[in-house]
Amino acid sequence: MSPGICPLAAMRVGECGRVQPVQADHPAVPRLLAMGLLPGTEVRMVQIAPLGDPVEIEFRGMRLSLRKADAAAVMVDLAENG
Amino acid sequence: MTTGLSSAPRTLRVALMGNPNTGKTTLFNRLTGSRQKIGNYPGVTVEKKFGSWEYGGRTVVLVDLPGTYSLAAASPDERVALDFLTGNLAGEQPPDAVICVVDASNIVRNLFLASQVADLGLPLVIALNMADAADKAGIIIDTALLSRRLGVPVVRTVATKGDGIEALEKAVNHVVDDRSLMACVPWPESVDRAMARLAEGVDEAGVQRLSPGELRRVLFDPRSAVLERAGWPADADPALLLAPARGILAADGIQPASAEALLRYEHLGHLTADAIRFPEKRRRTWTERVDAVLTHRVWGMAVFILMMFLVFQSIYSWAGPFMEAIETGVAWVQELVAPWLEPWPALQSLAVDGVVGGVGGVVIFLPQILILFFFIALLEDTGYMARGAFLMDRIFGWCGLNGKSFVPMLSSYACAIPGILATRTIEDPRARLTTILVAPLMSCSARLPVYTLLIGAFIEPAYGAAAAGLTLFAMHFVGLAVAVPVAWGMNKFILRTHPQPFLLEIPPYRRPRLRDILWRMWERAREFLVRAGTVIVAITVIIWALVYFPRPDSVGARVESELAASGAGVEDISRRIDAAYIEQSYLARAGRAVQPLFEPAGFDWKITVGVLASFPAREVIIATLGTIYGVGTDADEESDDLRSALARDVWTGGRRAGEPVFTVPVALAIMVFFALCLQCGATVAVMAKESNWGWAVFAFCYMTFLAWAGAVLTYQLGTRWLAL
Repeated sequence: MSPGICPLAAMRVGECGRVQPVQADHPAVPRLLAMGLLPGTEVRMVQIAPLGDPVEIEFRGMRLSLRKADAAAVMVDLAENG
Repeated sequence: MTTGLSSAPRTLRVALMGNPNTGKTTLFNRLTGSRQKIGNYPGVTVEKKFGSWEYGGRTVVLVDLPGTYSLAAASPDERVALDFLTGNLAGEQPPDAVICVVDASNIVRNLFLASQVADLGLPLVIALNMADAADKAGIIIDTALLSRRLGVPVVRTVATKGDGIEALEKAVNHVVDDRSLMACVPWPESVDRAMARLAEGVDEAGVQRLSPGELRRVLFDPRSAVLERAGWPADADPALLLAPARGILAADGIQPASAEALLRYEHLGHLTADAIRFPEKRRRTWTERVDAVLTHRVWGMAVFILMMFLVFQSIYSWAGPFMEAIETGVAWVQELVAPWLEPWPALQSLAVDGVVGGVGGVVIFLPQILILFFFIALLEDTGYMARGAFLMDRIFGWCGLNGKSFVPMLSSYACAIPGILATRTIEDPRARLTTILVAPLMSCSARLPVYTLLIGAFIEPAYGAAAAGLTLFAMHFVGLAVAVPVAWGMNKFILRTHPQPFLLEIPPYRRPRLRDILWRMWERAREFLVRAGTVIVAITVIIWALVYFPRPDSVGARVESELAASGAGVEDISRRIDAAYIEQSYLARAGRAVQPLFEPAGFDWKITVGVLASFPAREVIIATLGTIYGVGTDADEESDDLRSALARDVWTGGRRAGEPVFTVPVALAIMVFFALCLQCGATVAVMAKESNWGWAVFAFCYMTFLAWAGAVLTYQLGTRWLAL
């Protein structure tokens, strides 16, 4: 595993990363896949809600709000965008 | 072609599908105009909306399916959509064709759903909606090429302006004759083998057979509801069936969990690659600039609170004059009708108090509903609702509600009816049901007269104006303080459905159209009148009968002769007669019978009757107490007559004989009871229509119990420990 891999929920505002292969045992994963958050998709952390949760991410030209508990199911590789 | 037309059916059934935020509802309205009907699918609370149009000598019936991202059938919305398309919904045939609404700015993601529909073998038309927004963003779409690649008609539409509607109607007619199918995903051979293995397993189990489309859903979605429907014996485990089938995929190096999404997106990427061109450099959009303020940690919160204050003010205050006008109108009709029925007093009372009063009790809610839905439509159509939910989710999420519960809860402070109707904006069925169940705990405006009367009569004289204000303020928090643990407990112990992940698309800001907003207001109002209104009128008539009967002439005659001897005035006599009749009505008999239950809360039989009489509508307590205390039904909460009559009343028997009935703890206990009790027939009816009667009865029972317990606790604490 490259050192740049971290959970989506842990990304800082403005950071970009590439989605890693996912585990399907989390209920949010099938939905995120259907929305196009696939392994290899580039994702950007847009902002974190004022009360710390949920977060807002951008991928495939769409912006999505999701709770950190659900975002934790997805790992991203930050290293690839340098 | 003409021969094809003549042999084709004259009535077509077409389904309208699409992701949320694609302008699907607006397109539905443009296609069907005013010819719409709304209902519910049997057994689920998913709304069923359909309308029709005429084209080429055919009637086309359009069914608006819930907005979904996928047909995974993991949520009730998705399940209804899939069951409808596969003809598995009770009383529904599969459609002749499907219109899939696609956001022109985000074609590939939107086509994911279309490609799932295509796998079911249904003719398809793609409506490329909000095409103007895509143009503005610099996205260039070769519609003709896209149509050739996909194999189905692709029609550019701008639903808000009505562009492309006729072309869409023409395309629907065309695909039904041609049976145009969208290019399917070239599934690897192992997927076919896995499906065959699954089909064998289903056959061996001897349950309902599944179509290839359904088998594929089961194979890819372990949470799919399709398997449940097949009717498994109690001891069978459908999961055992899936393991070997999914094993076939794994052996071929395909991860079953992500296979469908990866293969579909890859396929769609190839199909659309040369038909769509995105601008070279991403521009910072207007939406992003606005969001920098509206979701800012300080400014965003401030704007949100301001907006919600405005919404609350509008339903709390602005609706007032309209509601007064309706009340005046109802009173005018009552006065108009009354003389006509003078010879038949029972019929007169039924018509005036039961029917006209009941209809008035329905119409009275319209101003608040219309105003609230004006704001809700505005918040949703601009895209601000999603931002509000984003800001608020943390506050509500932990107890099983979500960010979208905020507007319904706040609205319920004015009136629970528009508040409960507003829960339609919550997609997650569990969060929606929880919100419906706790919404009536918010202190609605009908509780205010009760607080005003009792605080004015007992708190203010004893403790001064500051304490009175504080009490009024505290009463508005009692319900909220109880609602949070109730919501948490309900999610923890009662609602056993799967929680849905809270995934909320943040759409770009859009300019709302007045026409669409007005349409939504009218739609909700009409639905309320038709669906809840009938139940509310029926409840009103039943309660009227319980208060009016029995009505032996002897009671009136006795009071009259007693009072005439003492030289009382005509008006006084008629008030005393009313009081005497209500004292021996069925409702009062019930009140006397259950009074021992309310003894620990310090209620005498009169308060108990008042409480019982207020179950259809809590504000009735004032008029009921007015009647019982013989000060007339036109008593209001500011009425000094009523206040002093309450203050003078003493226990006539039992261990407290001679003591005043109304003390500070009793007044507080009554207020707590009214704060927590579901004394509103209209709310119960709306809850039943928005969930089902089971939940409405449940809410009624749990709130009645809470109210009783709260009143007892308040009275006991007040008398024993605080010695008030």
